[in-house]
Amino acid sequence: MTGSTAPSRLPARRPILPPALLNPGVLAGLAVLLVVGLAAVAAPYLWTGDPILLRPRLRLKPPFELAWLGTDAFGRDVWSRVVYGARVSLAIGFAVATASVLIGLVIGLVAGYLRRLDAVVMRIMDGIMAIPSILLAIAMVTLSGAGIGTVIVAIAIPEIPRVARLVRSVVLSVRSEPYVEAAIGAGTRLPMLLVRHVLPNTIAPLIVQGTYVCASAILTEAILSFLGAGIPTEIPSWGNIMAEGRQAFQIAPWVILFPGLCVAATVLAVNIIGDGLRDALDPRTARRLGALR
Amino acid sequence: MGRFILGRLAATLPVMGVVAVIVFLLLRLAPGDPAAILAGDAASPEQIAEIRARLGLDQPILAQFLSWIGRLAQGDLGSSIISNQPVAKLILDRIEPTLALATTTILFAVLVAVPLGVLAAWWHGTWVDRMVMAISVLGFSVPVFVLGYLLIFGFAMQLRVLPVQGYVSITEGLWPFLSRLILPTLTLSVIYIALIARTTRSSVLEVLGEDYIRTARAKGIGETQVLWRHALRNAAVPVISVIGLGIALLISGVVVTESVFNLPGLGRLTVDSVLARDYPVIQGVILLFSALYVLVNLAIDLTYLLFDPRIRY
Amino acid sequence: MHEAIKSGLRLALGLAALVAVSEPRPALAQSKPVTIRAVMHSGLRITDPIITTAYIARNHGYMIYDTLFATDANFKVQPQMVKDYTVSQDALTYTFTLRDGLKFHDGAPVTSADCISSIQRWGKRDGMGQKLMDYTASLDAVDDKTFTLKLKQPYGLVLASLGKPSSNVPFIMPKRIADTPADKNVPEEIGSGPFRFVKGEFQPGLKVVYEKNPDYVPRSEAPSWTAGAKTVKVDRVEWINIPDYQTAVNALINGEIDYLEQPPHDFLPILKGASGVQIFNYNTLGVSGMLRMNWVNPPFDNEKIRQAVLLAVNQQDYLDAQIGDPDYMMPCPAMFVCNTPNATDAGAPKTDLARAKQLLKEGGYDGRPVVIMQPTDLAIVVPLGPVTAQALRKIGMNVDLQSMDWQTLVGRRAKQDPVDQGGWNLFHTFWVNADMLNPVGNVGINARGRKGGFFGWAEDAAIEEMRDAYARETDPAKQAAIAKAVQQRAYAVGMYYPTGQFVMPLAARSSLTGILEAPAPVFWNIAKK
Repeated sequence: MTGSTAPSRLPARRPILPPALLNPGVLAGLAVLLVVGLAAVAAPYLWTGDPILLRPRLRLKPPFELAWLGTDAFGRDVWSRVVYGARVSLAIGFAVATASVLIGLVIGLVAGYLRRLDAVVMRIMDGIMAIPSILLAIAMVTLSGAGIGTVIVAIAIPEIPRVARLVRSVVLSVRSEPYVEAAIGAGTRLPMLLVRHVLPNTIAPLIVQGTYVCASAILTEAILSFLGAGIPTEIPSWGNIMAEGRQAFQIAPWVILFPGLCVAATVLAVNIIGDGLRDALDPRTARRLGALR
Repeated sequence: MGRFILGRLAATLPVMGVVAVIVFLLLRLAPGDPAAILAGDAASPEQIAEIRARLGLDQPILAQFLSWIGRLAQGDLGSSIISNQPVAKLILDRIEPTLALATTTILFAVLVAVPLGVLAAWWHGTWVDRMVMAISVLGFSVPVFVLGYLLIFGFAMQLRVLPVQGYVSITEGLWPFLSRLILPTLTLSVIYIALIARTTRSSVLEVLGEDYIRTARAKGIGETQVLWRHALRNAAVPVISVIGLGIALLISGVVVTESVFNLPGLGRLTVDSVLARDYPVIQGVILLFSALYVLVNLAIDLTYLLFDPRIRY
Repeated sequence: MHEAIKSGLRLALGLAALVAVSEPRPALAQSKPVTIRAVMHSGLRITDPIITTAYIARNHGYMIYDTLFATDANFKVQPQMVKDYTVSQDALTYTFTLRDGLKFHDGAPVTSADCISSIQRWGKRDGMGQKLMDYTASLDAVDDKTFTLKLKQPYGLVLASLGKPSSNVPFIMPKRIADTPADKNVPEEIGSGPFRFVKGEFQPGLKVVYEKNPDYVPRSEAPSWTAGAKTVKVDRVEWINIPDYQTAVNALINGEIDYLEQPPHDFLPILKGASGVQIFNYNTLGVSGMLRMNWVNPPFDNEKIRQAVLLAVNQQDYLDAQIGDPDYMMPCPAMFVCNTPNATDAGAPKTDLARAKQLLKEGGYDGRPVVIMQPTDLAIVVPLGPVTAQALRKIGMNVDLQSMDWQTLVGRRAKQDPVDQGGWNLFHTFWVNADMLNPVGNVGINARGRKGGFFGWAEDAAIEEMRDAYARETDPAKQAAIAKAVQQRAYAVGMYYPTGQFVMPLAARSSLTGILEAPAPVFWNIAKK
């Protein structure tokens, strides 16, 4: 790291909108996601059995002895559970991402537009942000009963304030643009303007934010299940397969290993796609998002 | 400056108020009955109703809320429904392991992540950069508890160099204290390292492209000087702010890590209390965590003064 | 960059300062006390073994309290705190005299008044205690060391009740503490037992510390179950709660703890292979699972449908899913525990799916989903729900297996409401067999219905009559005959289904010697090398 070689390098390597989606990492990420998604859709046709069929006498059989990926502590087929689990884990990721982005968008628009509501709404958002998200989620799931819906709501709510803040700040900056002020002077209605100018400015960063939310939701589901506040046992998800398998981690590591690999690979893929999208965006927004993660 | 701090402190009050309302409503509107848990197996409905009345759980929600807030205003967090101990004492008993783990994690993560991020920015676009970025994305992607189990398996069970679990206060010796914190710290800091390394990389990268860096270079200042004196100083602000935002992430991780490594900290206290419907304790701990989050972020706003001469309050 | 490090350091120092102000730990004693570090099946939160039946509170009770009577390994009730006792000719008056030298941990001697208050408080909570109180006319102190129990009519279970080995055990507390209302946790943990509770080091749910009670005078007889000499051979016992079994097992193998009460059976092969670890089956009588239906809500308000369930399930499936290793499990149709005086296979159902389906039809099952409450965090009960669900689906029932934590389940099972208003249809639990030995103690057989029955509220007048007859009977042979009739009837009406017997051994470092067989894990007689 001496001064003689670096100067010629650094400025030249400023990123100028790389063709993000052609980058090999992003392509690999998309491929992984495609495979997992297809597996989830085609689960019944992938040599799977009933994922919740108990075979008490065939507990904890290692891979290939009886089933490709072995059986769990109930004698259930791990392969079938992991494939069906992809459905639940992906659904949670996408549902949480969509819900938190859409609701956050609406809240952000309303807060930015109705100035009188702004203070109240943003204080509530601050309050939610201040509560550790995992504790909020555990409390919500435990107290209102395990289920896919509860888990989605519990993971989505803590994500909403970040989206709302982002959107609100864009609304506020758009409002103060001279051309917007001029347009208002000319009688154009503000909501129309907001929709016309705010949405285009926010959609791209929101999609990026959405991918990160999606990735973290898949992980959070696993953590909630680990802490005993996740998806009900009859609905296999990667999280609860691992949570139920952790008892036997040293005797039957395969029960945790395969869903663990699936979680890591999928989350990795979604994150890489998110990074790719982010790099394709305005670096300023990109930086703000990086900090928001 | 003093007025600014006072103003910011005052601004945290409504946030804490919102937190108090949310937590209270969440607990009281949800099903689950601490009285039934307390009453046990052989209880009759009458006995359960009696206990409910003794705990004040038969009062209207608003009345319960007002009485809680009233006592809170006098600094009284109430007592655990289950063990009868004051919430403040329960928290004090448990705060040490959590603070110790949080401290070692932040320290370790910063020590590792900042150099990694700088290296990645410096050798931007090379294999070093790609390695650092790959490791950091991976750090975001592995479930904390899986990592914890793998570390226990490797270091404690196979190599037998570190204890599996538990916490020993620093007053009982530095090595016993540190040896039990190493694996939890490693586990917990992975996601934090990922976060800080990425932010460091992108902010150093950005600063390196700024005009004043070019000016500095044009003036003939050495590259090392440029990096150390200008780039890092200016890149510090986003890095510090991400440490603050990461506090929330840290708290979430602490809950899981404490459970894997059996650290008797606040995270486990919360999970246990949620499972037992111990309302006063849940309320107390969540309020404390929220206050911590708000105050740390306030403190971080203030440290900007140290790093960014352009910011003046 | 050094600036960034500095900021980290500053933050760290700030946090360290906070650490420094948090409460200091008590200093270690000069000479290192001999300490057993034990991980029990759960953390101790409620320290009152009378208000809760939780086994952890019972185990805590055996540490610090003593009992008037105790049951030995041959199911014989032996005097413990009592020196001797007499029963009047008409069997209506029991006179008890206390041993010399009994002292509470606060220095006060144990008196008749303490015993009477303690029995009365326990009699308000415990099932067998309530029954005993129903028959009791009065409890009177004769002098400081002698007191009498007068019955309204002859009752066969006086000593069996006072020597009851498992929850709720009639522990003796000082009168001022025993006068606490029976639904309120005792304010102080003071007993006259072999260990003393170290209040300053108690962290609810985390850590309990006991120290040897130097004033305790053990009996001269050899220890047998909870009877005989309670000789403490270590200075301290620490109960540390490690909720993650994986971690607890690793800690035992690594020598960080000495004693692990209930390692899950899947870990036993690992523990057997580890050096310096012993496996010991302390509770040979074992444990039984229980499938309980709710008689208040349809479809299980219908006897035919309850019978169908009993014909659809089988113990082997439950035990395979729960335990897996035949060495530790035993199918057993006896509701009052196999290999005990009341054991019988009378009335036990044999799996018959065709008959079960027909009974469903006859019972008019309308396809409504059966809500099974499924705990996620009580490892030994977790496997039962899915097995029942699968069995019920096989005979054509619809099942809604609802996951929840154990405490939620405990709260919800107390609700007699319809299912759509927070009620339920079926849950599973387990009992230490020492609790199940006769129709009076076995809560599954309590047939009092909505008022005073166990959750599920089975109601059957014939069984209640037989339970009373059993309680009055003093001849063991006739008691066994009544127990047989009770079991026959209980299976026929579907009071509950025992999902099979199993044992849950403990694992300990080999350095511990003298671990006793007992219906509860007890720490007297254990020495540590």
